[in-house]
Amino acid sequence: MTQATTGAPAERTTARRRRTTAPGTGRTRLAVTLLVLTALLAVSATAGLAIGSVRVPPAQVWGIVTHALGADWREPDWSRARETIVVDVRAPRVLLGAVTGAGLAVIGTALQALVRNPLAEPYLLGVSSGASLGAVSVIVFGVTLFGPLSLPAAAFAGALGALLLVYATARTGGRITSSRLVLSGVAIAAVLTALLDLLLLTTDRGNEARAVLAWTLGGLGGTDWGTVWLPATALLLGAGALMAQARNLNLLLAGEEAATTMGLDVARFRARLFVLLSLVTGVLVAAAGPIGFVGLMMPHIVRLFVGGDHRRVLPTAALGGAVFLVWADIAARTVAAPTEIPVGVLTALCGGPFFLWLMRRDARRGTEGGVA
Amino acid sequence: MTATELTIAGVTLTAGARHLVRDVSLTARPGETIGLVGPNGSGKSSLLRTVYRVLRPAAGQVRVDGGDAWSLPVRRLARTVAAVVQDPAADFDLAVREVVAMGRTPHKRLLAGDTPEDAEIIDSALLAVDAVHLADHPFDRLSGGERQRVLIARALAQRPTLLVLDEPTNHLDIRHQLSVLDALRRLPATVLLALHDLNLAAYYCDRLYVLHDGEITASGPPAEVLTPRLLAEVYGVAADVTVHPRTGAPQVTFFPGEPRI
Repeated sequence: MTQATTGAPAERTTARRRRTTAPGTGRTRLAVTLLVLTALLAVSATAGLAIGSVRVPPAQVWGIVTHALGADWREPDWSRARETIVVDVRAPRVLLGAVTGAGLAVIGTALQALVRNPLAEPYLLGVSSGASLGAVSVIVFGVTLFGPLSLPAAAFAGALGALLLVYATARTGGRITSSRLVLSGVAIAAVLTALLDLLLLTTDRGNEARAVLAWTLGGLGGTDWGTVWLPATALLLGAGALMAQARNLNLLLAGEEAATTMGLDVARFRARLFVLLSLVTGVLVAAAGPIGFVGLMMPHIVRLFVGGDHRRVLPTAALGGAVFLVWADIAARTVAAPTEIPVGVLTALCGGPFFLWLMRRDARRGTEGGVA
Repeated sequence: MTATELTIAGVTLTAGARHLVRDVSLTARPGETIGLVGPNGSGKSSLLRTVYRVLRPAAGQVRVDGGDAWSLPVRRLARTVAAVVQDPAADFDLAVREVVAMGRTPHKRLLAGDTPEDAEIIDSALLAVDAVHLADHPFDRLSGGERQRVLIARALAQRPTLLVLDEPTNHLDIRHQLSVLDALRRLPATVLLALHDLNLAAYYCDRLYVLHDGEITASGPPAEVLTPRLLAEVYGVAADVTVHPRTGAPQVTFFPGEPRI
């Protein structure tokens, strides 16, 4: 049967065989990948703290950071102003960037398993738009029902609503095809974004609206320590919960019936995932605005290195997403300095073409991988 | 590994006003291989779905070793009952070995890694379906027949005492049809499988149940069930049934024209 396949796919198979290796070597490879990414994240964070209108040498960055953590590694030889810039201005921003990048990558990974479709992503499916609409409503209408948690709570509600809507419209006969998924996502995102614009244009609170507008493009500017703790907590809990369910996420890939025969209560698991993913998306969007395509790109890129098993994909994607967004944010505040570009604009610039490539790749595979 | 007794008692399945399966009773004694045959749309797949808990019967009971399969937790049932279902695969870069490893899930605790014992079980499952050489291949690049064998290996990795298979020989070439059925036969587990090929069913199954329009029309050892009269009634075709000179199993030969019974 294998002999029947023609030259090109056969070559591709051997090329891919190198990627997926026996469990022993796979474990080493995973460890190496995680180690490299962790080192990369440390370098990226240092760069994030060092680069900006005031350049701080990396050694000094580490001095300031360790000093702030209570360990004096070297004699303080920096001004108070520099310390403020690194610790109070840049550090929370870099941290939020890393947390948001990791969170979006993890959500994208789980969402792709949930809908069994590699094109899924919170931004493309309108989930981020739902969260934005929820958050903006709170600002525009001045709702303070849950105190400081009103914004993330409304974002969560919006995200959950949008996710359920997309899922319900895209699903026919127990299956979700790529085209229906993307089309429902686009349509629902368009409606939600239109509602968002309507809200912003008709409100009297002009100044607030302008502030919101910058935020709806996705940006990490103006982050302080007060805004970081909630997303960081949400990421730790959310990613932890998903890691614990990694085997079950694998089962979802096998299909609903097959997953049931392997002991997964699919309906219940799916309901919990809906809530969990909306919760983390809502909190992240409330803090950083809707940042697109990180959740699409990271899972795919890391699958090339560690394969499709969620026990490997989740931690790798999280680290990769963190590194990616920290650098995207560095670019956002330096390429057009002193003007700051919303980081969401930059991720879309990378992510859009990636999405197109992915779509074409899947279309090619669809014809090649024809069942014998 | 022991074998499980399966009892389907008066099961009825409805979809809207239509009966998919009507008052079907079936028993598989521990270690038996039971074949479910019948034309397209006769309710074979639906009946199997009540056993692996995808379709809940409107009436009747599915009992696994005496206990109601539908009142057990799904995970507990999955340690006893495995199934090979017809479901398209998603494209997610899983290697064959990872797909087979999924079968270990109902036996694993949260966050527990794969042990050497799991690896051994996965290896022997791959061996049983002649797919060891595919272990590191990407699953979504396999041919239809190779995929089917890997899915059977996944079910074997579950170490079930009852194995339910919906058309397991679909997409397989004749050599692999025989080798897969041989492997199933060798299992100590009880096997319930839907089959299209009556000659394979006759050779490999201890007993057959014939489904027609959602009802059992005949059951028993293949030699008693597979008669020209039954084939005419159920399938509407003309056929001769002889005894295969080598295997001794009934051998069905179809020929064109109206059945004359």
